[in-house]
Amino acid sequence: MPDTRYLLSAVAVSAAVTWALRALPFTVLASLRASGTVRYLGARMPAGVMVILFVYCLRDLPLAEPRVTAPLAALAVTVGLHLWRRNALLSIIAGTVVSVALASTLFAG
Amino acid sequence: MHTVLVAPPSASPRSEALAALKDSASVGLGLLPLGLAFGVVITHAGLPWWCASLFTAVIYAGSFEFLLVGLAVAVTPLATVALTAFLVNVRHVFYALSFPLDRVRGPLGKAYATFALTDEAYALTAGGRARSWSGARILWLQLFMQSYWVGGATAGALLGSAVPDSVAGLDFAMTALFAVLALDAVRERRGDLPTPALALLSALVARLVLPGQLLLAAFTLFTAALLIRSRKERSRA
Repeated sequence: MPDTRYLLSAVAVSAAVTWALRALPFTVLASLRASGTVRYLGARMPAGVMVILFVYCLRDLPLAEPRVTAPLAALAVTVGLHLWRRNALLSIIAGTVVSVALASTLFAG
Repeated sequence: MHTVLVAPPSASPRSEALAALKDSASVGLGLLPLGLAFGVVITHAGLPWWCASLFTAVIYAGSFEFLLVGLAVAVTPLATVALTAFLVNVRHVFYALSFPLDRVRGPLGKAYATFALTDEAYALTAGGRARSWSGARILWLQLFMQSYWVGGATAGALLGSAVPDSVAGLDFAMTALFAVLALDAVRERRGDLPTPALALLSALVARLVLPGQLLLAAFTLFTAALLIRSRKERSRA
């Protein structure tokens, strides 16, 4: 388990990197806007990054075990609901409820 | 989401705050239950409860904070933490292209507006709906959204120890969050199937070849693929 000093350092490092990424681009806005490559990447990055982070979340799925049913069923609920209702909050909560319900009962342990 | 037909150009701080409170109700309130889940995940991972308040107040990058729980529990080297923060949050670089920072007054205001420039804040303020919003209204909106997130996470962490360990599967909230964000982002690029396809391919290759460095490998592959594609399209044009 991490000690307090490590936790504080990890938070400080993360905060510095995150804020720099959010604030510094405003100081070079003119050259950012002028670059065709930046605009090209800017339009396509967000969608791609989200897809990659989504795969990252699924990286440790226990595919060979029956307990994989819980996250897969939850995922089907989230994706299905989202395609249908397009309500982010509803999709996330419903999927999480299904996940908790299955993982804590039928597929516990 | 409602369209404001008549936008009274009122400048009183109170009505600006009230308008922002209403703006925050749709996307913003979603942060509350997600924050609760995040708080519970923190305590169940074995981290002290105040980590929930600290992460959400000081870092304020929801998706990365979920990742940081795993990284912190494993006492991952700080260089890797920094690199992961960079990779997960580098998308924010592009938000500067359309976030209306010029409307926000004063160095403190600008500092907070950039600090709190989350995906949700960007999604709400960069759209056409926000074109008439004042800097004050944008700042209030950002402040409300962060208070939902910090409040939810802190409450979740404090209640988390009351939730028995037999309750599993709550970390699915993060998977669901990214599933929803990915679906929305892909839908926004309708007609552009190569982008999500390249991203998916990059992630799968990274998972097979470098599972220990999945994020780093996938982001590198994806960026390289995009750069090659941009070159090709430009030489064709």
